[in-house]
Amino acid sequence: MPASYFDVDGTLVRTNLVHPTMYYLLNQGTPVKTARHLGKALLRAPAMALAEFQDRRLFNELLYSSYSGVSEDRLELLAEEVFVNVMRPSLYPFARDLVQKSKSAGHRVVLVSGALDCVLRHVADHLGADEIIGNRLEIKDGIATGKILKPVVAGPEKARLIREHARVHGFDLDDCFAFSDSYSDVPMLSVVGHPAAVNPDRRLSLLAKAYDWPQFDLTAAP
Amino acid sequence: MNHPCVVTLERDSAPRVLFAGDRLIEVDLPAGTRCIYPKPPLEPLRDVDAAIRYAINHPEESEPLYAKLRPGMKVTIAIDDISLPLPPMKRPDVRERVLTIVLELLADHGVDDVEMIIATGVHRRMKPHEIRHMVGDKIFDAYYPDRLYNHDAEDAANMVVIGETPHGEELELNRRAAESDLIIYVNLNFVPMNGGYKSVAVGLTGYKSLRHHHNPKTIRASDSYMDPAKSQLATDIGRMGRLVHRKLNIFNIETTVNNRMFDRPLEFLTKNEDDLTGRERTMLKALVATTAKLPQPLRHTVFDKFPAPYGVTGVWAGNVEAVHKKVVERSFEQYLVPIEGQADVLICPIPFISPYNVHAFLNPLLVQVLAQGYLFNMYRGAPLVKKGGTLIITHPMTDKFDHEQHAPYIDFVHRLLPETRDANELRTRYEEQFARDPAYLQMFRSGYAYHPSHPFFMWYWGENGRQHLGRVIVVGADNEYIPKLFGYETAPTMDDALYRAKAGQARSLDITCLHVPPIVMGDVTV
Repeated sequence: MPASYFDVDGTLVRTNLVHPTMYYLLNQGTPVKTARHLGKALLRAPAMALAEFQDRRLFNELLYSSYSGVSEDRLELLAEEVFVNVMRPSLYPFARDLVQKSKSAGHRVVLVSGALDCVLRHVADHLGADEIIGNRLEIKDGIATGKILKPVVAGPEKARLIREHARVHGFDLDDCFAFSDSYSDVPMLSVVGHPAAVNPDRRLSLLAKAYDWPQFDLTAAP
Repeated sequence: MNHPCVVTLERDSAPRVLFAGDRLIEVDLPAGTRCIYPKPPLEPLRDVDAAIRYAINHPEESEPLYAKLRPGMKVTIAIDDISLPLPPMKRPDVRERVLTIVLELLADHGVDDVEMIIATGVHRRMKPHEIRHMVGDKIFDAYYPDRLYNHDAEDAANMVVIGETPHGEELELNRRAAESDLIIYVNLNFVPMNGGYKSVAVGLTGYKSLRHHHNPKTIRASDSYMDPAKSQLATDIGRMGRLVHRKLNIFNIETTVNNRMFDRPLEFLTKNEDDLTGRERTMLKALVATTAKLPQPLRHTVFDKFPAPYGVTGVWAGNVEAVHKKVVERSFEQYLVPIEGQADVLICPIPFISPYNVHAFLNPLLVQVLAQGYLFNMYRGAPLVKKGGTLIITHPMTDKFDHEQHAPYIDFVHRLLPETRDANELRTRYEEQFARDPAYLQMFRSGYAYHPSHPFFMWYWGENGRQHLGRVIVVGADNEYIPKLFGYETAPTMDDALYRAKAGQARSLDITCLHVPPIVMGDVTV
């Protein structure tokens, strides 16, 4: 049995990593806490913008530092709200169908995303995915430190994690599928035998055409 | 005495001008070669709208359409897709004319719950502008996209199993159609294998059902699939069709068109080269020179721009079998040319278009479909070429595929054919895996790609030709490896191809050249 590895943000949902983070920041229990977290995040915004162009892993680390001081309970509590209010409405019309087609082809469906694992679990449940590989926040004494536990799920690291996952589960990577929207995920797409560009950005679209990878758009209504 | 469409070449005959993809080439064929030309276009109906009205009011073995209608009923109109005719016909397409009259009738009888489904089966979806071309502005603006849309054979929630044939073949159908009080099928019959039971039982179904007859065994047993009486494909589809027609209330409207593929001033392309006027000969020379010089994309654009001025030659409605009998008769009347004896060598020019590449490049797998599939099967009685004979085709067989429409074809040609050309092995080892490929399925559902099972069906489509023919030689291939992958030989010129075909034989060869397009079928007696 092969596996299908799905990137999530931009591939299956319209949102990116910033949207759930904003939801967390805007729902910090008290207006003072919200203002403090938001202020800190705004101060980091220029650095994040720069990091986005340089190194996706650095971007993730900067973004998740915004979670510093958030309690573990609140993270879990808000995860469902983030899914219901932010991610579920942003799912592409064909996203669930695509995951289901993979399942009915006998594939093990794995979501591989830079999103937080607590949110990703809800996405997986909704879509019917079997597993998640997502980012995990470091928690000390029940409070998030703002650091991400290694390995950071981003860019080339996704490819390594997929290889490792396939090895552990005995999947032949030549038979596996990977789906992503972004050129930054080319390493992840390149390790499997069946890569596909989903709602691809221009650079990924050109690459997909050059290598005869399937490419399609999930944004159109079924 | 030869039929006027069968021309035996003499020593001083003019060179023949044949299609080689989107180019025209001149070839000198040996004296004694029989060239089979298409029959002149049948006279079109003078008043098509009147003929449509007459057909639905005086149907074959059925009550008139108006008698089947009652206010509030649920009606689905299924329509043939872009795969016919080729190229698409000039506006108004006959389907627009039929739909206009039928929709008016439905409205007059208080039938409001009407949806139109383009019966694509596992073909690609039609694009909005293509649908508009087919159904006309008025219908498109009023119904698209909510009540006029493409069939989606992979939308599990909207497919329903309606039963099994006595052979245990499961028939899955479009749910909307299956749950309607009445299905009206609007067909355009281009070749004798179109229409009849195939319309609903193929156009509104999906892979699960198609695999029962779209397979090597069925195609091998078809002699030919352009002759419904001797087509195993027609027999197998008929079995499913009878099940559908027993379970559902279906009113068939079938139409035929003549073979007027080329409009003025290109009509001379169908003529015997020896009969051309001076002006036509000059124009032909210019056309040959122009297509040789233009870059390929531009050539494609030029040919793609011109719809065909097909004339409607018949409209029948009512019971599927009764209607289709008349349709096949009219189709044969247009296409069949009596031919005595089979040839050692059959020459088939390969044009730029097939049912599966409208507005796209004719990729090598589709060249194969035309060569060993459709053109080989253009016979009734016996194949145009002897068992073990040679087929010579003219085409560059460029290693080029349309990424939007034919993505799974690329994988099929470059990954599977190097493994095996055996149709049964391909079916056993790979068909199911391809048919369930989630990426290709998504391209089929939300893009404009053919279903991932389609390249397999295209390979099987050439199966009876593959079994019958001794060899296939490609004249003018721009590469060696693609023809080799398909099991074909290559030759730089027609002379060279004929020399190879003769290899070692003392006697002279009987050569037949099928001067297509437009379509011509051999009514072969041995």
